[in-house]
Amino acid sequence: MAAKRTKVDAAASSTRLAPLSKTPTGIKGLDALTLGGLPTGRPTLLCGAAGCGKTLFAMTFLVNGINKFGEPGVLMSFEERARDLETNVASLGYDVAELVERKQLVIDHVYIERAEIEESGEYDLEGLFVRLGHAIDSIGAKRVVLDTIEALFSGLDDTAILRSELRRLFAWLKDKGVTAIITGERGDGQLTRYGIEEYVSDCVILLDNRVEDQVTTRRLRVVKYRGSSHGTNEYPFLIDEHGISVLPITSAELGHRISHESVPTGVPGLDDMLGIRGYFRGSSILISGLAGTGKSTFASAFVNAACERGERCLFFAFEESPDQIVRNMASVGLKLDQHIDSGLLDFQAARPSLYGFEMHLARMNRDIEEFAPQVIVVDPISAFRGPSSEIHSTLIRLADICKSKGITALFTSLSSSGEQMSESERSVSSLMDTWISLKDTEANGERNRVLYLLKSRGMNHSKQLREYQLTNHGIHMVDAYVGPDGVLTGTARIAQEAREREAGLSRKQATERRRREVARKRAALDRQIAELRAALETEEAEMATLIEQEEARELAHGSERSEMAAIRGVRS
Amino acid sequence: MIVTKQDDGPVADTPNGLSEPESGEYNLRLYVAGQTPKSLAAIANLKKLCESNLAGRYTIDVVDLLVTPQLAAGDQIVALPTLVRHLPPPLKRVIGDLSNTERVLVGLDIRPKTASPT
Repeated sequence: MAAKRTKVDAAASSTRLAPLSKTPTGIKGLDALTLGGLPTGRPTLLCGAAGCGKTLFAMTFLVNGINKFGEPGVLMSFEERARDLETNVASLGYDVAELVERKQLVIDHVYIERAEIEESGEYDLEGLFVRLGHAIDSIGAKRVVLDTIEALFSGLDDTAILRSELRRLFAWLKDKGVTAIITGERGDGQLTRYGIEEYVSDCVILLDNRVEDQVTTRRLRVVKYRGSSHGTNEYPFLIDEHGISVLPITSAELGHRISHESVPTGVPGLDDMLGIRGYFRGSSILISGLAGTGKSTFASAFVNAACERGERCLFFAFEESPDQIVRNMASVGLKLDQHIDSGLLDFQAARPSLYGFEMHLARMNRDIEEFAPQVIVVDPISAFRGPSSEIHSTLIRLADICKSKGITALFTSLSSSGEQMSESERSVSSLMDTWISLKDTEANGERNRVLYLLKSRGMNHSKQLREYQLTNHGIHMVDAYVGPDGVLTGTARIAQEAREREAGLSRKQATERRRREVARKRAALDRQIAELRAALETEEAEMATLIEQEEARELAHGSERSEMAAIRGVRS
Repeated sequence: MIVTKQDDGPVADTPNGLSEPESGEYNLRLYVAGQTPKSLAAIANLKKLCESNLAGRYTIDVVDLLVTPQLAAGDQIVALPTLVRHLPPPLKRVIGDLSNTERVLVGLDIRPKTASPT
């Protein structure tokens, strides 16, 4: 529909069907969701209640125009004096006075005091046109801000004249070819108090500042944008010392490029449990567990390992101050301070209740964009309290941001006691690629820590419960003993191991004994064999002697007989 | 008729100049943009009005903003035509073509003063 309208517009102005050209605001996020910026050469209405940041928004548009895009600007302020404006935007780091000096910016304060003005007869607002025209021409301005033009309505009586003159003014701005922002105070039941959205209808942006549960969230919505598609949701935005940033919420596609690379967990034993010896780069990891199970330690070990590889890490701490984390982790042998010094590690600490979810997300997004980390840690997500749908949408967006940038994100979550998942865990469980559950087991009057991999997408992984110890050299994984009664940990495991050692020893001794017995038996038998052999040999020797004697006797006998025959023969 | 006088703003150091202006002079400046019917009407109306009410006690300064647009911001001109009373203080503005004489006189604080001597 919007596309159709563009065509009509273009045809009416008898130009070629060129796409609507846009003027970037230089406000991060806003240009993304308007697909390029505000419509060039057309007025845009920026409306919102008091305190929404309209003036700052408009001022940012001008200052960015000058500093980033070389487009001079004019600010016509109907409410604040130039001096006050300069002071107010100085908090964003804008040196407006210097821009005025350089003839890049003109600030004209239009002051209308009803008490000083008497109306007599017909008039028009040509004076305003003259002033604005003069300001624009004097510096060749491309951008114009009218803040807040509705102040005219309180200064002048004849609204019929005002309305027709405003209509003329906006048409005149278009003819001038300047890109304008007109701010307007939010009114009851309509976008602006005096309904000027009727005249400025090319692009309307609504700012909102809502308080829910005592937490304020600024939001922005592009109500309409003629001739262009745009993001239609409400987007949170942020005003702080870094200026304004709008957070475009999720590209909504699940099309991020994924990595097959593995990132070591920083705990050698844990690497072994994961099929690819680490987490996938760009995946989301949840470490959940009860208080004191070492969630932060696991997170820090991961960060420490990443920094040692020379990767940049951003640590969002919601419960502890950075100093406290550094001190505590030093006790388990993780020296995070050296990484902070080398600039690889940065902490961003804030109380969860400081902002709403949207603001946190916007802040984190900005920090991520600025620091460009490879690894982020959010410790812990359970610190966010609120309706689970909001936590879910916040975290899903954070996970999305990280995935789209290929950042490995590690979240910790404090489980409530028992087996139940906490609200935050349940809402994010489906987002997580790897989920490590840390548990306390209590037996024999002591607590021991075990972990298991609840899931790890895309890889084979250990299904075993593993005991781990937090030593002063880091996290040490222990082979858990799985006995007939389940997993044994701590002293029970040590006792069991001792018993096993003992049994092993006695088994060894028994074998030794048997071996010696066999040897002895063999020796005895050998001896018997030798004896028998000796006996046999003796016997054989005796037999040989007997045979010899017999043969000798036989021989002697034979010769005796022949002698006898010879004797007989002679005698006969 | 067009006096080019450049005293910017009133010399606001006489607090009772407000109540006793009869000896004082009316320093009026009329801002217009070009020779539009409204401008011409305003100039004519102003001359007539001053002649009949402030004879000899006034100066009129007509500024054409199409010629000198830079003067518009100084006197906070938004609507045209605008008549600005620089003297006597305080600063007074009357906008429109000055066709409603009554309102101009009220706007310039002339009416109450002229009413009291009669």
